[in-house]
Amino acid sequence: MHPILKLVIQRLALGLLLLLAISAVIFLGVEALPGDTAQAILGQSATPQALANLREQMGLNDPALTRYFHWLGGVVTGDLGKSLTNGTDIATAIGQRLGNTLFLAGCAAVIAVPLALTLGLIAARYAGKWPDKLISAVTLTTISLPEFVAAYFVIYLLTQVFPIFQPVAMVFPGMGFWAKLNAVALPVIVLVMVVLAHMMRMTRAAILNVMQSAYIETAELKGVPPMQVIWRHAFPNAIAPIVQVVVLNLAYLVVGVVVVEVVFGYNALGQYLVDHVTKRDLPVVQAVGLVFAAVYIGLNIFADVVAIIANPRLRHPK
Amino acid sequence: MKLTLAATIGICLTAAFVLSAIFAPWIAPYPLDAAVGGVWEQPSAQYWLGTDTIGRDILSRLIYGGRITIFVALAASVLAFSLGSFFGFLAAVRGGMVDSILSRIVDLMMAIPSLIVALVVLSVLPLNLTVLILVMGVLDSTRVFRLSRAVAMDIAVMDYVEAAKLRGEGQAWVIFREILPNALSPLVAEFGLRFIFAVLFISTLSFLGLGVQPPLADWGGMVKENKDGLIYGRSAALMPAAAIAALAISVNLVADWVLSRTTSLKGGRGG
Amino acid sequence: MADPLLDIRNLKIEATVYPPGEKPQDITIVHGVSVSVEKGKVLGLIGESGAGKSTIGLSAMAYGRGGVRITGGEVMVNGRDILKIGAGGLRKLRGHEVTYVAQSAAASFNPAKKLMEQVIETTLRHGLASRDEAEKRAVMLFGKLGLPNPETFGDRYPHQVSGGQLQRAMTAMALCPKPDLVIFDEPTTALDVTTQIDVLAAIKEAIQDTGVAALYITHDLAVVAQVADHIMVLRHGKKVEYGDTRQIIEAPRQDYTRALVSVRSIEHEEKQPTADPVLRVENVTARYRGTAFDVLKNISVELHPGQTLAVVGESGSGKSTLARAITGLLPPSRGRITFAGRELSAEQTARSRDDLRELQMIYQMADTAMNPRHTVGTIIGRPLEFYFGLKGEEKRKRVQELLDEIEMGKGFLDRYPAELSGGQKQRVCIARSLAAKPKMIICDEVTSALDPLVADGILKLLLDLQKIENVAYLFITHDLATVRAIADSIAVMYRGEVVRYGPKSDVLAPPFDAYTDLLLSSVPEMKLGWLEEVIAGRRMESAGN
Repeated sequence: MHPILKLVIQRLALGLLLLLAISAVIFLGVEALPGDTAQAILGQSATPQALANLREQMGLNDPALTRYFHWLGGVVTGDLGKSLTNGTDIATAIGQRLGNTLFLAGCAAVIAVPLALTLGLIAARYAGKWPDKLISAVTLTTISLPEFVAAYFVIYLLTQVFPIFQPVAMVFPGMGFWAKLNAVALPVIVLVMVVLAHMMRMTRAAILNVMQSAYIETAELKGVPPMQVIWRHAFPNAIAPIVQVVVLNLAYLVVGVVVVEVVFGYNALGQYLVDHVTKRDLPVVQAVGLVFAAVYIGLNIFADVVAIIANPRLRHPK
Repeated sequence: MKLTLAATIGICLTAAFVLSAIFAPWIAPYPLDAAVGGVWEQPSAQYWLGTDTIGRDILSRLIYGGRITIFVALAASVLAFSLGSFFGFLAAVRGGMVDSILSRIVDLMMAIPSLIVALVVLSVLPLNLTVLILVMGVLDSTRVFRLSRAVAMDIAVMDYVEAAKLRGEGQAWVIFREILPNALSPLVAEFGLRFIFAVLFISTLSFLGLGVQPPLADWGGMVKENKDGLIYGRSAALMPAAAIAALAISVNLVADWVLSRTTSLKGGRGG
Repeated sequence: MADPLLDIRNLKIEATVYPPGEKPQDITIVHGVSVSVEKGKVLGLIGESGAGKSTIGLSAMAYGRGGVRITGGEVMVNGRDILKIGAGGLRKLRGHEVTYVAQSAAASFNPAKKLMEQVIETTLRHGLASRDEAEKRAVMLFGKLGLPNPETFGDRYPHQVSGGQLQRAMTAMALCPKPDLVIFDEPTTALDVTTQIDVLAAIKEAIQDTGVAALYITHDLAVVAQVADHIMVLRHGKKVEYGDTRQIIEAPRQDYTRALVSVRSIEHEEKQPTADPVLRVENVTARYRGTAFDVLKNISVELHPGQTLAVVGESGSGKSTLARAITGLLPPSRGRITFAGRELSAEQTARSRDDLRELQMIYQMADTAMNPRHTVGTIIGRPLEFYFGLKGEEKRKRVQELLDEIEMGKGFLDRYPAELSGGQKQRVCIARSLAAKPKMIICDEVTSALDPLVADGILKLLLDLQKIENVAYLFITHDLATVRAIADSIAVMYRGEVVRYGPKSDVLAPPFDAYTDLLLSSVPEMKLGWLEEVIAGRRMESAGN
C-alpha cells in the first residue's frame, strides 16, 4: 500500500477512536460528576417519590456503562433520545438547527478565509514595513476581544451610530436566500472580525517561515522574479501550514458561533445548546456536545490529511 | 531592557484595574445592589456612567464587578498554572509511561473546545464560584501542561543538564537550578495570556447565564443585564464590555513585553 | 591586459545588528576590499568565520543576506557596475552570468520540486535553451559530476538523494545556464571527509571542462589550494594577503597567513603505554532503547594515565556513542568498563561520587554545555562545592586559580556565558572539568565548532594541562589533523566497530586496512596537486583490481 494511503487511513482511524473516547467522556465523565440529574430537573423541592419515579422513567438506576452503550447504539443509528424538558426528538431538533449554524459559519468562512489569506500575504510581503505594522496593530486589539464584546460594539456601531442593520438575526424556514443573507449580516461581521485576526497572523507567520528557507534564497539568486518566487517556490511548501491555519480557525469559528448565536437570538445549534444547559437537559447537552466535537475533530483530521498529502517526502518516498 | 510605551500603558492600566478591584468598597460611590436613580439615566455628575435597567449606578457595579471577574480569573489561572506546570515538568523529567499517560489525557481534553466541555460539565454541576474556578482551572491547565512540558523538554536535552547529571546532581538541583531558571520567563509570559483567557472565559460564561450568578455581578453578567440598553441608545451599556476589552488588552501588552524580553535574553550578547 | 570578468573595487559592506536592550547599530563588516577574477580563473577566498568572505562572494551578485547592505565601492561584472543596474538588470545577471553554489545544498533545494525542474529553471527562464536542450545539458553535467544514473537522476526529489549527491546537483544547477562566473560558498564543508574529496574532484573537473571562472569560498586552506589559481586571505573584513596559490602555500608573507598554513603543526611526542591503564573498555556492545541495531559492536580500547586516546571516525561511526557508553548514559548491553582499577556500573546513576568526579566530560558546543543563567563563577564553582564542599572565599580563590590556569585571568567571575567568545566558553568548560580533579576527561569534538586558530589555542592548552595535571583524554574527533597533533594512541571507528587501534605511530603507518587508507588519504593536504595525486592513485588501484 502506498505510504500516504496508509497514513491517511491511520489518521482517520485515530480520529474515530478519538471521537469514541470523547463520547465516553461526555457520557460517563458527566455521569461521574457529583450532581443528580433527577434532582436537577425537578429542583430542590421535589419529593423523594417524584425523584424515584423520574429515575425509574429515565433508566437512571441501570449501571452507567449499560446506559452508555445503549446511548452510543442510539447515536450510531441516529437516535439521540428525547429532550427531558419538552419531550421532543433531539435528532430532529438538531437537524433543523444544524443547517442554520452551518449557514452562519459558512458565510463567515467565505468572507474571512480569502480576506485573512490576502491580508496575511500582504503583511508577509511587507514584513516590518508600514502595511504589516498597521495590520498587526489592528489585529492585536481584536484578538483581545471575546465574541460577545465584539458583537456589542458592532451592534452599537451599526444599529445606533450608523443605523444600517437590525440588531436581531431572525431566520425561519421558507425565507429566501437573500433575505437570509441580509438577516445574518451582523453576526457574520462579528464572526469574521473575531476569526480574521488569528487567521491572518498565523498565515503571516506560516508564509514568513517558508520565505526564510534557504531554497527561497537560492531562487532569488537564480534571478527568479519576486512573484514567481512566491508562486513557484514558496507556495507549494506553504500549502500545508496554511491549510492548518485555516482549518484551525474554522474550528475556532465553531466555538465563536455558540456565543454569537446567543447575542443575536439566532435560532441554531449554539443557542439550542446554551438554552438546554440552563434547563439542565442532559440528553440534549450531550447530543449537541457530541455534534460540536465531531465537527471540530473532523476539521482537524482534514487539516492533518492535507498536510500528509502535501508533504513531498511522504508523497515520493525514497 | 527598558519599558516600551505600550508596556507602560499596559502596566498602568492593569495596576489601575487591580487596585480598584482591591479597594472597591472605598472607591465605589454607591453600593452594588441599590437602585439609587432612575432607569437608564444618562451619565451625569451624580452617576458618572449613568444608571442601568433598574436604576443602579453603573460605575459602582463596574467596580464591584471587576472584583469578581479579576478574582475568578486569577484564581482559575493560578490553579491552571499550578496543575499544568507541575504535571508538565513531571512529564518532561520522568518521561516514559508517566509522560505518555499524562499527554494522552491532555490530548483528549484538548480534542474539543473548552467552551463546549465547560457547557456540558456545567449542565450537571451547581453554579457557584468554586465550581467555576475549578472547571476553568482544570480546562486551562491543559495548555499550561503542553507549554511547560515542551519548554522543560527543550531544556532537559541541553548539554548543561546532561553535564549536571554526569556530575551526580540530584533531581531537585536539575529541576530547580538548571531547568527552572531557563523556563521561568516563557512561563511568566504565558501566565499573562492564561489570565486574559480566563477573563474572557468567565465573562463569556456569565454572559451566557452560566457563570457568576446574581446577586453577585461580574462584567460578563453585566453585559447581559444591560444589553437592552443598547436598543435605547445608551452607550453606558457598553461600559462593562469596554472594561473587559481594556483589561484584556492591557494585560496583553504586558505579556507581549515580557515575551519580547524573554527572547532577547535567550540570545544574549554575541550569542 | 584584458578587463577582468569580475572586478570588485573598494567594496564597503555594512550590516545592522540588534544588541538586546540597546539601540540597533550599524557595523561595517567589509572595509574596502578589492577583488578581481579573470575569465576562466579560480580565485579562492579564505578566512575564519566573520572574515566577510561569504558576504564578499554574494556581493558579486549584488545580494545582501539578512539586512546586509553594500554601502560603497563598485562591483563590475563583464565591464558594468552591477550595483547600478536595478532589480530587473540583476534578475538577468543572477542565474545567467553569475550563479551560486551554497554550503547546504540539502536546504537550498526546494523540497517540493523535482531536481531536474530546479536545475534547468534558470536556463529556461533566461531563454538560453529549449527545454530539450536544457535537459540534455543537465544530464551531461550530471554525468560529468559523477552522479549515478544521470539519465534519470533529475526525476528524483531532493530528499531522495544523499548530501554529497545534492552538492553535485547544485553544482550542475549552477553550471547549466553556462555562466561566466560561479560562486562556490563552502560547498564541501558540510560533508564527511571521504565524501568531500570526491565532490571536490568533481567540482574541479567540471570547472576545468567548462572553462568557467569561479570564486571559491572556504575556511580550509588545504581545500582551496587544490582548486584555486589565486588565493586571497581575509580577516575581519579586510584583505590580509593576495597571491597565486603556490606563493600563499609555500611562501606566505603575512604572519596571519603563516599561522593558517602551519595551524596543524603542534609538536607532540608520543608517550609509551604504562602498566596500568586508567580506562579499560572490554568487548562493549550497545544499542539504543527500542532499536534492534547495535551502534557499538564489541569495542575494546585502553587509555593510560596522562595520555590521549583519539577516537576517529565520520558521522555515524559510533564515536560519540562510545563516550555515552563510558559515561553510563547509554548502558552497554554487553562488555565491561574498568576505570582507575574499579569496574564501573553500567548505569550512570548507580556510580559512586568518586567515579563521577574522576571521569569528566567536555562537549562540542560550549554554548549549550553551560547554563546561560549561571555566572562563570557558579559554573566553575559548582563542582568544587559539590565534590569538595568548598564555600565562600575559599571557593572563589580556587575558581580564580582555575581561571588563571586556562589563561583567562581576572574579571570573568561574574560574567555570563553569553558575554564570552567561542574560545573563552570552551576554556570555561575545560576549567569546570578540571575543578573536579579528574583522572580522565572525555573531549567530544571540543574544537570542531571553533575557528582554526582558536582551536589551535585550545589544543595547546589541553596538552599543557595534561602535563601539569597528568590527566588522560579520550579525544573524540573527525579531524585527522587534530589527531596527529595530540594523540598518543588512536582508535579508528567505522559503522560501530573499531577497525584499527594502537599507538599513533603504528596506526598512521602503512600497511593500512581499506577504510583507514580511504580516510587518511581523503584528508586534504596543504600542498599543490594533492587532489590529482590521490584521485590518480585511486583510479590506478581500481584499474589494477
